[in-house]
Amino acid sequence: MSVMLKVRNIETYYGPIMAIKGVSFDIEEGAVVTILGANGAGKTTILKTLSAIMDPQKGTIEFMGKRIDSLPPEKIVAMGVSQVPEGREVFHDLTVKENLLMGAYLRNDRAGIKRDMDMVYDYFPILKDRIAQLAGDMSGGQQQMVVIGRALMARPKLLMLDEPSLGLSPLLVKEIYGIIERINKEHKTTILLVEQNAPMALSIASHGFVLELGRIVMDDTCQALMANEDVQEFYLGIKEDSVRGTKRWKRKKKWR
Amino acid sequence: MQFFNEFTQTIINGVAIGCIYGMVALGFVLIYKSTEVINFAQGELLMLGAFIAYSLITMLHFPYWLALITTILAMGIVGALLERVVLRPLVGEPAYAIVIVTIGISYFIKSVVSMIPGWGTDTYGFKTPFTDKYVRSGELVVSWEYISIIAIALLLIAAVFLFFRYSRMGTAMRATSQNQLAAVYMGISVTRVFSLTWTIAAALGGIGGILLAPITFVHMNMGFIGLKAVPAAVLGGFTSPPGAIVGGLIIGITESLAGVYLPDGWKDIAAWIILIGVLIIRPQGLFGIQEKKKV
Repeated sequence: MSVMLKVRNIETYYGPIMAIKGVSFDIEEGAVVTILGANGAGKTTILKTLSAIMDPQKGTIEFMGKRIDSLPPEKIVAMGVSQVPEGREVFHDLTVKENLLMGAYLRNDRAGIKRDMDMVYDYFPILKDRIAQLAGDMSGGQQQMVVIGRALMARPKLLMLDEPSLGLSPLLVKEIYGIIERINKEHKTTILLVEQNAPMALSIASHGFVLELGRIVMDDTCQALMANEDVQEFYLGIKEDSVRGTKRWKRKKKWR
Repeated sequence: MQFFNEFTQTIINGVAIGCIYGMVALGFVLIYKSTEVINFAQGELLMLGAFIAYSLITMLHFPYWLALITTILAMGIVGALLERVVLRPLVGEPAYAIVIVTIGISYFIKSVVSMIPGWGTDTYGFKTPFTDKYVRSGELVVSWEYISIIAIALLLIAAVFLFFRYSRMGTAMRATSQNQLAAVYMGISVTRVFSLTWTIAAALGGIGGILLAPITFVHMNMGFIGLKAVPAAVLGGFTSPPGAIVGGLIIGITESLAGVYLPDGWKDIAAWIILIGVLIIRPQGLFGIQEKKKV
């Protein structure tokens, strides 16, 4: 497998505040990769930087061998990098169908768009029944399906998902994750998943990064991450009893 | 019978004026929806359109229809230029600052018009193929001038609506006005959307000018009609394009009726009385919707 995305030493600021403090990582083609981290760790900022919604002040981003860190967002989408942003950002006054068509805004192959539309309806049959409904009138879970479907309509090579499980019922989270796995398997789409729901993310990803306060502190296979004591305690919520049989509250993370 | 004829004529005149208000109001609404700025130069764009049409018809002897199309294109270019040169550098600045800039633009256009030889501060007029032609049916006499205004306005408004409803770019423009961030993620170029919005709004203003000139006059101050389009837009809810047209029609018809049946002076305040009345009962305007966002 070859490296699809190469991020080197990016630093991104919110005004004077440095949110990403020199992050580097590689993503291999066809992989499912996850970034774990607490609130404010900088996960969303990394995705925004990759989509050029925010500009890094330092560092380079290479996608399929080309520098993309100074391109405008629409060029990046055209190259095959799509993002499902956090918080179900649908076009609330457009119908489901119009929402999906907006995903294909940069494409001109009518037949291909039609085919991908059917593909999205195959992944999310419920959307087919709601073609003419305004996206703003749908439930949270259905809106999440609309935004994932919409991102697929761009036929991305790299699909980035920002907290797709946020605010959804456990059953729905399972369904959405099943579909993310299918997208990866059936279309060889590389997936970068940002999550707070670590157990879910680690269950489908092959590789993971742990982000803390704007730095990557762990970079390993998901198996290794799941076996790691710190990840277990701080991200998977598995508690370890100490010798005295009580929880040790002041544990130090080893990476600090 | 006499009353009926007079009443019908008044209504037709009101609808014609209302269509023009509606078009100018539509310009306000489009710009407000996509950039959250109220463009106070909309009336001056109308004035500029009227002057361009006047020059084309009386100085260069263009046929009316050619002059109409040329003016629409010219005003579109003016809109795009304004956006590129004046407004694009201001993206991200507070809305009130940009609104004040639009007031500046309105004075700028006025001064430029007053300085151009052959335009200046005099009053002009031009004739259309419909001037001084009437349809008669029994006692009822209706001027073709007014009918042509209504027909042309409705046709162009329909074209604008079809563009927004069915074309890809039109849908992208609606999408951008609803959720700018998501539009960027789709690869929609927001600068292009803003530029096109100003192009369409300026063209609409220009058309308003061509249509208004034959029934009033061409003058540096005709942009004040833009002030009548504000209540039309507010009446419709300020975020609803169909609302702008309906608001324009309501204001136009009321004004026309007030001009004929009420004492002097009522004509100019009728629009505002209606506006206040509607806003007391429906503060969000006739077609306005409270912003909804599901979480």
